[in-house]
Formats: sequence, structure tokens, C-alpha cells
Amino acid sequence: MWVYIARRLIWLPVLLLAVSLVTFALGRFGPGDPVQVILGARYEEETADRLREQLGLNRPFFVQYGDYVWKAMRGDLGESIRFRGRPVSELLGAKIWVSFQVSIAALIVSVGLGLPLGFWVAHKQGRWEDPTVVSLSLVLMSIPIMVTIPFMLWAFCLKLSWLPCSGWGGFWDVRIIIPAITMGIPGVAGLARLMRASTLDVMGQDFIRTARAKGLSELVVDARHVLKNSLIPVVTVISLSLPGLLSTGIITERILGIPGMGNLAIDAIFNRDYPVIMAITLIGATAFVLANLVADIVYTLIDPRIRYS
Amino acid sequence: MATGELSLERELRRPTRGHLSLAWARLVRKRIALACMAALAIVYLLGIGAPVVSFFAPYGYTEQDYTAIRKPPSASHWAGTDLKGRDVLMRVVWAVQTTVIITVVVVATGGIALGVTLGLVAGYLGRRVDSLIMRTGELFSAFPDILLIILIAATLGGRIRDMVWWIEDNTFLDGLARSGAADYLVISVALVSFGWIGMARLVRGQVLYLKESQFVDAARAAGTSTPRILFVHILPNAISPIVVTVSMSMGALVGAEIILSWLGLGVQPPKPSLGTMLLEAGSLSALREVPWMLLAPGAAAWTIVLAWNLLGDSLNDVLNPRTR
Repeated sequence: MWVYIARRLIWLPVLLLAVSLVTFALGRFGPGDPVQVILGARYEEETADRLREQLGLNRPFFVQYGDYVWKAMRGDLGESIRFRGRPVSELLGAKIWVSFQVSIAALIVSVGLGLPLGFWVAHKQGRWEDPTVVSLSLVLMSIPIMVTIPFMLWAFCLKLSWLPCSGWGGFWDVRIIIPAITMGIPGVAGLARLMRASTLDVMGQDFIRTARAKGLSELVVDARHVLKNSLIPVVTVISLSLPGLLSTGIITERILGIPGMGNLAIDAIFNRDYPVIMAITLIGATAFVLANLVADIVYTLIDPRIRYS
Repeated sequence: MATGELSLERELRRPTRGHLSLAWARLVRKRIALACMAALAIVYLLGIGAPVVSFFAPYGYTEQDYTAIRKPPSASHWAGTDLKGRDVLMRVVWAVQTTVIITVVVVATGGIALGVTLGLVAGYLGRRVDSLIMRTGELFSAFPDILLIILIAATLGGRIRDMVWWIEDNTFLDGLARSGAADYLVISVALVSFGWIGMARLVRGQVLYLKESQFVDAARAAGTSTPRILFVHILPNAISPIVVTVSMSMGALVGAEIILSWLGLGVQPPKPSLGTMLLEAGSLSALREVPWMLLAPGAAAWTIVLAWNLLGDSLNDVLNPRTR
């Protein structure tokens, strides 16, 4: 087990190196000059050259890349080009926390609604509730986020005036409700369907019949045998969905003006602020790889039948 | 006794129907699947036939009617007019054309051509080739997907547009840039970079399983060439999951195209796309004054995504009965 984890962790830096190289190359070979963005209307050849010199943008590609990797390994992610003089790590810290809170809120919505719904509907197989819930969850999942958010804003903020229209006030503020629901709903559909399939699968197995034959009550069978075993595949998907939520969050944050990482990422891309883009991509990739690993480990903890060698 | 044997014989003599034709028969018996196919047929025909629709329609998609600015849906403007007095419905029809082109192009190139081929090659050749292809896929899937798509569209977009201008200047292809081909190319490149991975993984898995089967051994023993084994013997047997994946991935593609255009990285105005229309309609001031602007593009986007998702679901049921 530990060997397996170690091997997976060794793979991480290799992957990060490759990810950073691709991002770095996209930045350097793409058009659009960061110096031009900084100077804007004050652009003059002379100042631009001086600035390039200062930022080290006139060196050969691999020297720049090597320099970046060397510094990044020691925890120095460089300075933002757009917000001159602000280290990227400082800029990102607060934003990551905001994005994380939004994602967790969305996850609470998905899990809190999806799992009970899926578990319940699995017990209704063959009745009208089953196809209805499955189809309805797909119907909800299919609304693009660009449609749900404006619609919710129109309904809850403009018509009913229940919620403020945009902004951010932390995890316990009402303004988290709209992003949590809009980002959570696609997950509800996915999790409910998965939970249903998984529960049905477990309910058909021999040890459930044995449990019933022992005379256990339906409630005990459900809680202790069915639920626990049907959660196994679902747990993987939940932990895998967290980086995915960060992705959806990019757009949600943009629309609702939440000062998170997604909003910063889009600003950075438009302003050619490459140190920030690099850092965000690397963080995203790390989160994804680690989430994958955690999913695999949790898998073994829940189900002792699974072993990695 | 005799009649029993007879009916068995008749049963055996009956021409056997292929897996796909049986699946098709099951599919058309599902009402949801039929409705989805009908909806998609209408949407895709509307998109392809946008020039025809516009020929008969009283308004073009850029035509501004200053006497009818910000009008709610009415008999003359079925989906209302926008802030500049343009007919929303006509713009949706042209926006759907964009969606239709993008989904077809990306699935055909990224999903099917690239994804299936790489999956076949990786699974069949194994070893180094397999590692190379699958590790590349792993690398791409480690990126936060939306972020990389935006990044590619933003950084390579300018280059691609320059290239299309260059082609127009140096060949006889006049009006290439004006046709929006560059925008389509930018979006397609960005989406294809991700589009192939899932498909390649899936096909590879199928190939790993199928290449051990006896009919592949037989083909190899008969001296069949590798491409022929791959495309004639293995691929047809892996077709069901491919069909399901294509249908399921369409919805995600539509969503990604909307995001790119919404951010201004995809289709450029004056050409409408669902993304730019949703951007215009989704601002607070627009929601306050012209909320109906959201209706038509929202419904169109929802219909396309939903129809593909539900169809994929039905296809999964009929093609992979075991998962039921």
C-alpha cells in the first residue's frame, strides 16, 4: 500500500513538470506581449525594452523556463506582472480559500441532495418514481450554468429580492447560496444516478439475502449492509469531483463577481499575466492528481477486498 | 414432437439480425429517445438551414429595427428584440448554426478521428506507443480542463486568426476570414485538445480485451495487415461504447463552446453564438429591462444539451444492456 502511494507521488512532480512546460510554452509562443499590457498607452520601445530586461523576458525560452522551475521548486512562484511587485503566492492565497469555500458549499448541495435521492429511488425500482427521478436529474443537469445563474439572479434577486445580486461575504453569508446551488445541481444529478446504480447493485448481492435471512430488520439491512457498500464507488466520484468543481467555479465566479481563483485566472489570461496563470494551472493539476490518489486510498479503506500492490 | 422440431428449425433459419439493428429496434421503441432524436434533427436542420431560414424570415440577424428596441415577444418578433432592436429568434437560429458546426467538427476530428485511432493504436501495439499516448492523455487530463481550453483559445487564437488571414491573402479563398472559419478553427483546436482523451481510453480498453479473441488471432494468422485488423475486425466490435460516448460528450462540447464565446474567445460579433447571446442577456441590467432575451438562447442551449444527454442515456440502455 505504502509503496503504491509512494509510486503515485513520484509521478506527481513529473506530471507537474510536463504541465508547467506546456503552459509556459503556450504563454511564450502565443501572441500578446505582457509588456504591452503593462504599459498600455504609455508603450514606447525604450521603456518596453527596459521592462523586458527587468522581467527577464528577453532571455532564451529554456533559460526562462529553467529559472522558473528552479524558483518554483523552492516555493517562489514569482511576481505578478499585472499587479507589479505582488508575489503570486500572496495574491493566490486568499483567492484559493474563497474558491475552496464555494466548492465545498456546492459539494454539500450535491452530496446532501444526490445521495439520499439515489438511495431512496433505488428502493423504488420499477415504480414511477424511478424513471421520473432519473430523467428529472438529467433535465436539471443539462441546463448550462450560463442559463441557471442569470435565471436565479432574475428570480431571487430581481423579482423576489431575497438575495443580493453579486459579491462575496464568506461561507456563512447568504450570497453563497446562488453559486452553491448552481454549481451543485449538476452534481446532484450525477451522484443520484450513481448512488441508485450502486445501491441496486449491492441489493442484488448474496450477502444482502443472507442478512435478510438472518432476520435482520429492513432498516438494519439498509443502514448497515446496503448503504455502506453502495457508498464505495460514490466516494471516488465525490473526491474526483472536487477539482472539477474548481473548473465550474471559474465561470460561476466570473458571472457572480466572486473574488476567487477562477476570476483571477480569467483576468490573468486576458492580461497575459503568465506567472499567475502558471501558478493556477499547477495548483489545479496538483489538486487533480491528489484527489485521484485520495480517492484510491479511501477506496481501500472502505472496501478491504481492494488491494494495491 | 414434429411441430416442435419444425419451429426450432424455422427459428434457426430465420436471418439473424445484427447487434446494431437490434439495438436500433429497441431504441425506436423508447419514447424519450425518439423525442430526443426528433428535437436534435430539428435543431441541426435549423442550424444547417440557417441561410434558408433567413431567406424566408422578415429579419436578418444583424438587422436593427429602431422602432422595435427592447420589445417583449410578440407576433412580429416571436422571441422579442434585444437592446439594439435585433430579432432574438433570428439570432438564435444563427447561433445554433455555430453550435452545430462546432459539435460536428470537434466530434468528427477530436473524438472520432483522433480519439478512436489513437485508442486503437495504443491498445493494439501496446508497449512504448501505448505508454506515449496514454501518458500524453494523462498529462492533458491533469490540467483543469476549462482553464486549459480558455488558455489555448486565448493564446493560440490570435495566431490561428492570423494564419487564416494569410491563407485568404495568398490563395483564392476570398471571404474565408469573413465567414468566421477562423473562429470555428480556434474553438475546435481548443476543444479537440481534450476531446480525444476519453475516447482514446475507452477504445484502448476495448481493444485490449478484443485483441485476445480468437477471431483476431485468425485474422492475424491469415496474414491480414494491422490497419485492416484494427478497422475491419476490432473497431466494429467496439462500436457500441463509442456511440454512447459520442452522444454523451456532445452536451459537454456545447457547454464548452458557450463558455468560450461567453468569454469573447470564440465566435466574434456580429455573428451570434449562444455564448455571446447569454452574455448579453445575463447582465443584471439586461435581466432587469429585457429578461426575455434570456429565454430563446437559454431554451436552445438547454434543449441541445438535454437532448444529447437523454439520447446518450437511452443509447447506453439499448447498447449495453448489462449495465441496466
